[in-house]
Amino acid sequence: MGFFLEVLVTGLLVGIMYSLVALGFALIFKASNVFNMAQGDMSLLAGLALVGFLELHFPLWLALVCTIAIMTILAYTTVFIVLKPLVARPPIMLFMATFGLAYMIQGIGQSIWGTQAKGLDLGIPDIPVTIGGLFMSTFDLTFGGVAGILVAILVWFFHKTRTGRALRAVSDDHEAALSVGIPLLKAWAVTWVIAGIVAVVAGIAWGTRMGVQFSISYIALKALPVLIIGGLDSISGVIIAGLVVGAGENLAEVFIGPYVGGGIQTFFPYLIALLVLYFKPYGLFGKEIIERV
Amino acid sequence: MNEHKEPILRAENISISFGGLQALNDISLEIYPGEIMGIIGPNGAGKTTMLNIINGFYKPDKGRIIFEGKERPRKMKPNQIAAQGIARTFQNLAIFSGMSALGNIMVGRTMMMHSNLFSQALYWKFSQKEEIEHREVVERIIDFLQIENIRRTPASMLPYGLRKRVELARALAAEPKLLLLDEPMAGMNLEEKEDIARFVLDANEELGYTIALIEHDMGVVMDICDSIVVLDFGEKIAEGTPDEVKADPKVIKAYLGETGV
Repeated sequence: MGFFLEVLVTGLLVGIMYSLVALGFALIFKASNVFNMAQGDMSLLAGLALVGFLELHFPLWLALVCTIAIMTILAYTTVFIVLKPLVARPPIMLFMATFGLAYMIQGIGQSIWGTQAKGLDLGIPDIPVTIGGLFMSTFDLTFGGVAGILVAILVWFFHKTRTGRALRAVSDDHEAALSVGIPLLKAWAVTWVIAGIVAVVAGIAWGTRMGVQFSISYIALKALPVLIIGGLDSISGVIIAGLVVGAGENLAEVFIGPYVGGGIQTFFPYLIALLVLYFKPYGLFGKEIIERV
Repeated sequence: MNEHKEPILRAENISISFGGLQALNDISLEIYPGEIMGIIGPNGAGKTTMLNIINGFYKPDKGRIIFEGKERPRKMKPNQIAAQGIARTFQNLAIFSGMSALGNIMVGRTMMMHSNLFSQALYWKFSQKEEIEHREVVERIIDFLQIENIRRTPASMLPYGLRKRVELARALAAEPKLLLLDEPMAGMNLEEKEDIARFVLDANEELGYTIALIEHDMGVVMDICDSIVVLDFGEKIAEGTPDEVKADPKVIKAYLGETGV
């Protein structure tokens, strides 16, 4: 039983990091109905920038502030230069624009900071500790905690502040939001800034784990099943789905893996996603779109 | 009756076409402070298009809008126009379904709040005080529309009639100088229609809102409106008091056809 719990908790702690990546997608999708292909690359850029600033011997806090500043500039440029001319066009056009954006970010990031994998060491020890009789990694615990706090702040922001409410209004109905005086593009920009900050945290979490390198942009692929399971437009949905995926894949790997030769971890989330798609095509928590025909 | 007053909004020679369709052709109208103006006409007459121009969703091809004596710059956005004091409701209902009724109405008041995100973080107390003041206004409107008991209900779970009422409350909450209602009674039964008609009248008489509304129910329009503009196929065919309009042969023809005269 203790071992089962250990596997479960470890899975949950990884899962919350999946939630984090998926959250970036969900935020932007909710606000603007755009599936942002560049979300993974934003994490890459954030990781590269942070390492870059640390290499210049910036203290950590300053490096973080500068990285967030870069993400903010990126958010505003994206919204006002790339997306603005495409407002009210079919979503597929905005989607394709984010594809272009993904390559731009990759290219610019790597031409400034190079293509080599870089270590990111924030001095968080990766040692096993025992809590309540369970073995856990301090590393997983730290990032699980940070992600948890970030999610809590976001929930508070969206429900308790005026700006957060305005952003939710925009995600519900663009025209109605305009008619009560909410500037659409500004709201989008704020959403992209928030998604950028989420990308910074995700970039740090994954960067310290596997080095800051090109493949960070592929963590977006980990977010896909999470999004499908949780529902693309549900913030709380993707958070729960991230936990489900993290715990599920870890449990499957440990308990089913040995019987089928292992390696279940990589495809198990997609298996769950397929099942969910079959029974609940809008995800477990997504808004069902029922249109009269 | 309004000669001595300046109109709050004057639309001059508005034309707009979509592709080959001339949706509005050289329409002028005036809305005076304190009145309820009705815009009526058969389906496809261009009524909603006119509202969309007044609140800035569409830019007219020709013509200009003068609001409170000042000509509106062409590039003004709908959200800026809303901030100037023009609120509206929609024909096919546009509420924020992810929020409670109260949340919807609070958002309607958004533009009246002056603290931004930074001051919200820095002067927490100030924002809280502001929020409370706005809550009082919002609660008065909730009282006024008699929706106290659904305050916390998610808007998506409300029946149609109540959603319409929440949408109206959201528009009222902005305390607009001009309130545009696009078929506020569409799809309602007689009793609900009477309720809404009463709210619209009270909003006008007791709270002093200036209202322009589109409505198909002639009985209601004739009862509550001070003046009426009649559109047909993008042309203005008549305007005046309800009695004048009712007696106008062109209006009768538009509504009943040639043989009905």
